[in-house]
Amino acid sequence: MANTNKPPVLVVLQLTGGNDYFNTVIPYTDGNYYDSRRSLGISENRVLKLDDELGLHPAMAPMKDIFDKGDMAVIHGIGYENSPRSHFRSMDIWHTCEPDKVGTEGWLGRALKQIDPNSENPVTGVNVGQALPRALVAPGVSVASVADVSTYGLLTNIEQEQQRQQVLERFANMYGPAVGSGQVMEYLGQTGLDALKGADILKVAPNQYESSVEYGASPIAQKLRDIAMIHTADVGTRVFYTDHGSFDTHAAQATTHAQLWTDVSEAVADFWDDLREHDADDNVIMFMFSEFGRRVRDNGSGTDHGAAGVAFAIGPNINGGFYSEYPETRAEALQQGDLVPNQDFRGVYSTVLEDWMKLDAPSVVNGQFEAPAFIHTNGGSH
Amino acid sequence: MSNREEIALLAHLMRRAGFGATRDELEAMAEQGYEATVEHLLDYENQPPVDEYTLYRYHPITEVPGGAAAPGQANWLYFMVNTQRPLNEKMALFWHHVFATGNAKVDNCNHLLEQIQMFRDVGMDNYRELLVRLASNPAMIYWLDNNENHKIAPNENWGRELLELFSLGVGNYTEQDVYECSRAFTGWTISAKMPRYPYGRHPWQFEYRAEDHDETDKSFLGYTGNFNGEDIIDIILKQPACPNFIVRHLYNFFVEDEPQVPAWNIEQPRNPDAIRVLAQTFVENDYDIKPVLRVLFNSDFFKDAMYKKVKNPTEVVVSTLRLTGDLQGPDPRLEAVAREPGYMGQDILDPPSVEGWHTGHEWINSGSLVKRVNFVADRISDTNLPGVQRIVERIAGANGATMTPEEFVENCLDQMGPLPVSDQTRGELLSQAQSEGTVDWEGSYDDSARRTGEMLALIGATREYQFG
Repeated sequence: MANTNKPPVLVVLQLTGGNDYFNTVIPYTDGNYYDSRRSLGISENRVLKLDDELGLHPAMAPMKDIFDKGDMAVIHGIGYENSPRSHFRSMDIWHTCEPDKVGTEGWLGRALKQIDPNSENPVTGVNVGQALPRALVAPGVSVASVADVSTYGLLTNIEQEQQRQQVLERFANMYGPAVGSGQVMEYLGQTGLDALKGADILKVAPNQYESSVEYGASPIAQKLRDIAMIHTADVGTRVFYTDHGSFDTHAAQATTHAQLWTDVSEAVADFWDDLREHDADDNVIMFMFSEFGRRVRDNGSGTDHGAAGVAFAIGPNINGGFYSEYPETRAEALQQGDLVPNQDFRGVYSTVLEDWMKLDAPSVVNGQFEAPAFIHTNGGSH
Repeated sequence: MSNREEIALLAHLMRRAGFGATRDELEAMAEQGYEATVEHLLDYENQPPVDEYTLYRYHPITEVPGGAAAPGQANWLYFMVNTQRPLNEKMALFWHHVFATGNAKVDNCNHLLEQIQMFRDVGMDNYRELLVRLASNPAMIYWLDNNENHKIAPNENWGRELLELFSLGVGNYTEQDVYECSRAFTGWTISAKMPRYPYGRHPWQFEYRAEDHDETDKSFLGYTGNFNGEDIIDIILKQPACPNFIVRHLYNFFVEDEPQVPAWNIEQPRNPDAIRVLAQTFVENDYDIKPVLRVLFNSDFFKDAMYKKVKNPTEVVVSTLRLTGDLQGPDPRLEAVAREPGYMGQDILDPPSVEGWHTGHEWINSGSLVKRVNFVADRISDTNLPGVQRIVERIAGANGATMTPEEFVENCLDQMGPLPVSDQTRGELLSQAQSEGTVDWEGSYDDSARRTGEMLALIGATREYQFG
């Protein structure tokens, strides 16, 4: 974060459904890859080579450009021990950092608690999507969940703006503190006021946003554009969360996976172009993950649930390159036919929290984990 | 009891034992009286079932949704919106809260819907029968890994949850009991055990494999013998903890918000007397469910519990649709609307874990509150919807051709419940009404109708309306 006093901002992009690591970062010189990917293997001449062993899926050209600029960290073999291979359970573990029990608090919820302990700004955390992910949930933490920023708000059924403002004022009065109304009523009151205040703050974003970047029509493009709108409106949001999917490619993976990465790569590249145009990229990093990777051997049409996956960190403050090791692909080295994780995801969270957000990580991720150093330490945004 | 009080009480009954009712329906019920209405709800077999073939003709994907949650949710939403057996459908939702089984792992909505149908079929009959059906339900077997529970290698997932979440509650059994219970359910599995890919989904069927069942003695909760699964269920039913645990679930779902389930072995019930009465009824009737529901709905503690529960998202969505007459029968928007409870934090057929949902005020966060308020407002203010038109007609005919703002607010609150509100809320509603002055039905019906829709929407946005 050179030459800036802007507070650090994190954008999390969740690839829901279990992204196929083996066909995302492809070990194109590895015979085991072609042996186990009889139907879905991508030939060497189509792979977008990152070095003399690894390359990206051909649909990821815009992300290869980012890698070539040195702004993308590829974190190999990410996951945790004893992967349950269940979408829900695995996503839950990623969200709560609780592999041994069902947790209810999210890691980013706890991080937001450190950033804004009294929940003074209801848009310190913003989810762009339909339902609030558990990662953002923690007691006493208010987070805005926005399906579409240009239509976000309460009582949007009232078309006339002046009249709507009057009604929203009454809503605020109705939800105001009431002596002796009881705990639940008070909780509802505070939540209603937070929702109103959040919507009030966010409504400025679409109005003051202008950009020469034309995002695509995919849902992820629209969501990242919404994040760019809110970020450039400078309303104090420190954590953004959004998702895209489904990466659950059990069947017809060849076309589906290519489309997913086409949409994600283009949207991500447009997002960074947009932030650069607004001179708003130097205090942002983006973190992309999926709940697990997929089975090494394809099933003829797709791939089944696996274990180790890949994460990406992107931004001008990222020290681009490879982190951790590509898991061994020999048949004897696999567990239940899956790549074995060798980088605990909680270590990667720790890097994000400590080196980037300047927060206390162990209390958020529940312990100490090896944290790869993919953030520029000298503040050397380049 | 005045007519207004009777209507209020019946409205309360229908919010809890069903998905609300229109005022026309409530008035018809008032003719019969409260107790007769309870009997009518219990006697669901004599009401027609939902015509599911119409659903499948217009929405074929909802019959076999496969791994996709949305068409499965659309199937159930259709049943809830169109049912003439509201308590039966509500009990299916109740058991789904208790025996929470999720598509995230099962990845098979066909079998989740089969489980919900099983709840409709036996969910108001006998709890012993229900547990036996549950233990042999394919979706449940897969959800809690009982197909991995083998004679030579017991898997304790089902055995543990049967005791912890489905019958006794934490603190009423030992770890050894979990192990012995699990051994008794070895061999209770599903066929066909073919991998899903690349050949597609195979229908599952319960299968008992004698050769994989552990035939040695088990020592379970003080009893010893070569027990099989049904014997275990019989021993569970002898535990005093069992009726208490299940009726506390009923109390939590139908009467008043209790603490979250994991706290139940620490925190006492809100109303220990009510739990005692219900548990006693349950045992005296050999775990028949209807007698407990009869006592519950006719009790004073139930009648005194108006608006003491935060409505769950499914109740918000379904009761709004039924009140406004929206989405009746097949409708191209069915699948989209079926996602709404999920946006508000309750993905039906896909609870976050076997523990089910955290309920009460935990339904509400700033994201879900916006969704709830807007979902209700978008419909209740839409004067093209038949249910809203009917409400407007009733208010228009309530007292004369013109209405003071005070009368207008009272009439709107009456139609939305009747909903009691704080002075603070009433004051704001009144200011809103006063800002446009006297309501003139004769002079400008359409404009008065618009004002009514807006007032109903503002009432739907209140804190009070989040309770049911």
